[in-house]
This record gives sequence, C-alpha cells and structure tokens, in this order.
Amino acid sequence: MTPPEPFAAEIVHTPVRHHILSVLVENKAGVLARIAGLFARRGFNIYSLAVAPAESDARFSRVTIVVDAESAPLEQIVGQLDKLVNVVAISDLAPRDALERELLLASVPVLDSDTRARLLDTIANAGAAIVDVDASAVTVMLTGTPSACDDLERSLESFPGVELHRTGRVALPRLGRTATA
Amino acid sequence: MQLTGAQALIKSLEQQGVETIFGLPGGAILPVYDPLLDSPIRHILARHEQGAGHMAEGYALATGRPGVAMVTSGPGSTNIVTPIGNAHMDSTPLVVITGQVATTSIGTDAFQECDITGITMGITKHNFLVQSAQELPRAVAAAFHLATTGRPGPVLIDVPKDVSQSMMEWWYPETLEELDLPGYHPTRDLDEEAVARAVQLISRAERPVLYVGGGTLKSGASAALLAFAEATRMPVVTTLMARGAFPDSHDQHLGMPGMHGTYAAVTALQRSDLLVALGARFDDRVTGRVSAFAPGASVIHVDIDRAEFNKIRHADVTLQTDVGTALAALGDAGATPAPLDAWWREIRAWRAQYPLTYDEPVVDGPLRPQHVIEAIAQRAEPGTIVASGVGQHQMWTSQFWRFDEPRTWVNSGGAGTMGFGVPAAIGAKVGRPDRAVWCIDGDGCFQMTAQELVTARAERIPIKVAILNNAYLGMVRQWQEMFYDERYSEVYLSADLPDYVKWAEAMGCVGLRATNVKEMADVIDEANAINDVPVVIDFRTDTSEKVFPMVAAGASNDDIMVHPSQRGGAR
Repeated sequence: MTPPEPFAAEIVHTPVRHHILSVLVENKAGVLARIAGLFARRGFNIYSLAVAPAESDARFSRVTIVVDAESAPLEQIVGQLDKLVNVVAISDLAPRDALERELLLASVPVLDSDTRARLLDTIANAGAAIVDVDASAVTVMLTGTPSACDDLERSLESFPGVELHRTGRVALPRLGRTATA
Repeated sequence: MQLTGAQALIKSLEQQGVETIFGLPGGAILPVYDPLLDSPIRHILARHEQGAGHMAEGYALATGRPGVAMVTSGPGSTNIVTPIGNAHMDSTPLVVITGQVATTSIGTDAFQECDITGITMGITKHNFLVQSAQELPRAVAAAFHLATTGRPGPVLIDVPKDVSQSMMEWWYPETLEELDLPGYHPTRDLDEEAVARAVQLISRAERPVLYVGGGTLKSGASAALLAFAEATRMPVVTTLMARGAFPDSHDQHLGMPGMHGTYAAVTALQRSDLLVALGARFDDRVTGRVSAFAPGASVIHVDIDRAEFNKIRHADVTLQTDVGTALAALGDAGATPAPLDAWWREIRAWRAQYPLTYDEPVVDGPLRPQHVIEAIAQRAEPGTIVASGVGQHQMWTSQFWRFDEPRTWVNSGGAGTMGFGVPAAIGAKVGRPDRAVWCIDGDGCFQMTAQELVTARAERIPIKVAILNNAYLGMVRQWQEMFYDERYSEVYLSADLPDYVKWAEAMGCVGLRATNVKEMADVIDEANAINDVPVVIDFRTDTSEKVFPMVAAGASNDDIMVHPSQRGGAR
C-alpha cells in the first residue's frame, strides 16, 4: 500500500466566494497571533493578509484579510473577530464594492535572447515594469488587481527558475460605496 | 507613593475588592507573595495549581463575583490551563495571575519559562503580558472589567519577575477610558425593532418553550424569568448550566433538556413551534443531531455575545443583550402567546408518562446512586450548594437534586472536566461560608483532585463529599455497555483501592462508608452533624446503573431512550 501524499493546502489565489475584511487593530504585541489563532481554531480560511500601520493613529494598525466565505458564514467570522479585545473596528467589503490592489515581484532568470524577448513581451502585455536587471536575470513588478497578478503569475510560470512573491491585497471601498461595519 | 510592582499588584487587587486568592507560590511569582503578608486578602494555599483554578471557579459560580487565582511560571501556569479552559467554556469570570521569568530572559528558554499567554490565547477572553510595573494597575483593572462584563470569562495576567520587583509611582485607573480598551464594547442599545418582531412571534406561538441557558444566571435574571414565565404561562427548560435559574418545584418547569434530559423537556423542545433561547448556545449535548432538533420551531435568540447567533441554529429574531434586559423589554412590550391549554395537556401527559425514575432500592445494597442523591438532598438544609465532577454522578445530581435557587449548582458543563468537584466545592464554601456545601463526586473524579481536601482541612473549609463509588469510570462504562457490545476497555477502578475512608482520614477529614440503605441514612445524618472539618463518604453503589433518559451521541432527540422500566407499548 502506498502511503498517502503529505497534506498540502491547495493554492488558490482568487477564492470562489471571498470577502475583504478591513480590520483596525491595536498596535500591540501578539495581535496578529490572536487573529491567526482565531482563524485556525475556528476553521476559517484566510486567502491573504496584509498589515500596515494605520494612516491616522500610531496606536493602530490596519489588517486587510481576504477570507473564504465558503469555509464559514461571514457573520460568524466577523462576530468572532469582533470578540478579540484588540480588534477595534471591522469593515466588510463585498468584492463588487471594493477597489482591490496587490503587488507582485518576480525575478526571472534570462540566459538567452529568446527568453529575453518572450519575457519583454509578457511584461508589456501585463503592463508590468522592470525594476532590476543584471547579466542573468530581470526583476519584474506589477501593481494591479489580484486577477491581473494571477494572469501574470500564470504567464511567468513558463519561465524556468522564476522566483515570485505577492503581497496579498489591500482594499478600500469604491467611491460612493460604503463598507458594512 | 513609590511601590514595587508586587505591592502595586496586591494593592490593585484590593482596589478591586478581592477578598480571597486561591494559589500556590513559586520562583517567578515569589516577589508578589511577600506583600501578600501585609494585605487583608485571604490566600488559600492549594496543593496543586489545577485545584487553585477550580476553587476560583467554584467561588465565582457560587457568588457571582470573579474568582482569583495566582500561580508561578512554567509548570505552575500550565497546571492551571485546565481550569482556564473550563472557565472559558462555561463563561465563568476568572482572573488568573501567573508569574513569568524576567523580561530580559523571555525567549531564552530560561528555567520555568513558558509562553503562557500564547498557550492560553484561545481559552481566555483576553490575556496580558505586563511589560512594566507602571502598567500593572491598568492590567488588573482591565482584567476585572473584561472578566465580569459582557459575556464573562477568564482573563490571565502574566507578570515577569523584574516587573514585580521594579518600582512604580502608584496610580489606579478611575475611568473606563483609562483602561485603554478601545476595541471593547460589551453592551449595545436594545434593538426595539427586534423586540417588536419577537413579541409578534410570541403572540403567534401555540407551542412555545423558554429554553433557559447559563447566561440567565450570569445576568442575574432569575426573578425576571419567573415573572415572565408566569405572565406568559410558557413551559421552561433549564440546561445543565442553568439549573437553579428557575425553581425545580415550579409547575411550569419541565427540567433539563438534552442528552440526559427529562422526556418532557426534550420532547417539548422537539415539538415546539417557538424556542425562546435565553443565554443558551444550542450546545450539541442539548440539540442532539442539529438537523433534527426542534424542526418546527422558530427561534428568538437572546444572547450578549453576537457570535452565538446563527452559529449552530438559525435564529428568526436576535436580541443582543443580557437576559434580564431582554425579558424586561419583552414583558413591557406585552409579549403573550395564544392560550396554551392544549400544549400544556400534551406536556403534562409526557410528564406523567415518563417521569425521572430509577429501580427500587435494594435494602442490603448495593446502593442506587440516584437514591443516595435524593437522600442527601432531602436531608440537606435549605440553600445548600451542590458541586459535582463530570460523568454519571453529575447527570444524576442534575436530575435528582431539587434546585430552587440560583447559584446553588456548581459544575463543569462545556469542558466536562473530571476532578472539578472537590476543589470547586471548596471554592464555593469559601465564597459562601454561610451555606452548607456538598460535593457529589464519582470515584474516578475524586482520585483526580482529592488532595485538595488537605487544603480544605488546613484552611478549615468544612465541605462534605459524597463519593458515588461504583468502582468504574461509569459514564465510559455505560457507553461501552450500550455501544461497544459490553467490551469494557480500561474502565475498572476497584471499589476498595484506594480505601477512601483511610484516605479521607489521612487528609484530616472524617471518613465514612455506607454499603446499604440503613447505613446510607445514618452516615448522611452523621455528616450533616459535622461542621468543623471536611467529611468524605464512600457510598458503595451499583456498578450497572446507567443514566436515563439518554439520547445517543449524534442521534435525533426524537429517539430518546427512557428508563427500561418505562419501555413497553409506546417507545
């Protein structure tokens, strides 16, 4: 009998039914662990997570969490998050009401002129930029919607040895739309 | 005024009105034990940190005030993890203070270092790792505020040794703002529109039930519940966590619902057209198979924690507030169901046909455990507080003790922590020295935490412990008998090993034993006459007794198994 494959999470960048939670938290030690721990023990799935100091007040940070609303009802996720004492405010953005952006960085080995031409083509099509170059590689950057990043990522997969990082998305309500608290 | 962090910590506890700390000292918490000598706060020296934690829980459950426990770092802190988890499951207000290695040593695997804030993140309402002595008063005040408001729960304060040893300028928070909890808003304005919709649902109901949970006791809403129930004539069921919230002697009370609930309570929920859930959370031990639970019922869900809404069961109306406030609002709004005569006729028939029962006692023994509980209850002075461990004896106590007053039932519900009974009874007696306190325990549970009777004797806390000694891990045995073809795996304990009477005597308690009905009555009277030292009674009970009614795990509540003597024609 062959042993089962080791468990690995399926990598899906754009979930089927996702919601974006913009969570204002106190800037205190362990806050991220509290959020991550809550999601883990309640079985809620996180697709991406981005953290940065909040715009107006050094006491707070803003955490943008893309959650899988299939893994648990959004009401449960928000209700449980709200119980974390360090969570100050939660706003929930439905994808249609959100302006979402993400940053992708990729270093692509370029050893021959064919590859170089194909890469330049890919970059131009995606509207990406070259931000670093040396004799054997090019670093590409794209700032765009998560699906634009998905497209570029798929295109770059055909280049051997590519090293790619994405930030996870940040989001704001589209003008004229409001998030629900 | 300059104080050490340790002095500031003790003084902060005094500011909070703390009268008693249950604890056990050790290296990292040593500095805090010194100013304790100069404080009016009573310290109860437990023999194991788990005991200290359960004592604090028993104190909180019996008094409604937060229990306080204090232990050292490392193993001291991990030993109290079980009580913290237990308090979290049962929403018991607890403040636990743990020593920690010095801030300069944190992260170096220092002696008795342990990341207790990390370990308890998922089982506390909140926890603090205090970084400076100046912050201690705020941490203490915030911990008590968090533990006791909203949905109560355990809060842990981790105090590094250098923090308790360094100097601070004394201050104490005087306003909620100074607690610096910008994300904590436990109360909300009552949703009047939801109240109106609830009133409408109630007015249309023909088969309503008041499904009363532990939140009703936490809210101190027993009087409001009695008034509302009597005004509306709705039947009442009280969950394991709510026993005592509504008098068992009241005609509208159907008893406990759930896996070992009464036939009338279980069936009334199943057939109801409206559940008014009052501080209850649709626990799996109440609902049985969720998809088959109360299939025809609309739900009005009252809870102070909005995360309970629609978690297990869809609610048609939600009221995020405490039970007392909700009942007052519903009462003021004139919520009245249709005449319930037909509904009551059905319920009365169930009650008459399937009362709680057990087999006739055998005069020469072995004793029927249910008979022992009834005998103790009959001879107990009014207002007696009863604690229990977890298992068959707990279910029988919940079934056969008559609870007529809030905060007289001290037990471990959500977590199901064996060994809870003895230390919790000690804590309850400390909190309510004016009350008699019995612990109805099992032999398996007793062996887990019995050493705290040394604490009880040393601290002059005269509780009474009834061991229903059936020589087995009885509840597990019951499942193996019923669901595993009587294949008994690792459940036999022996009735004679240990010798409970000698063990009790070695711990400075009075040890008694009863093997038949005559001795049973005598030893209970003897125990009731002793008021200066703890008493332990070894009741030799029938090994084969099982808890009925029973709904098998994962089964529908429609498939309730009544006592064998009641089976026959109908179900």
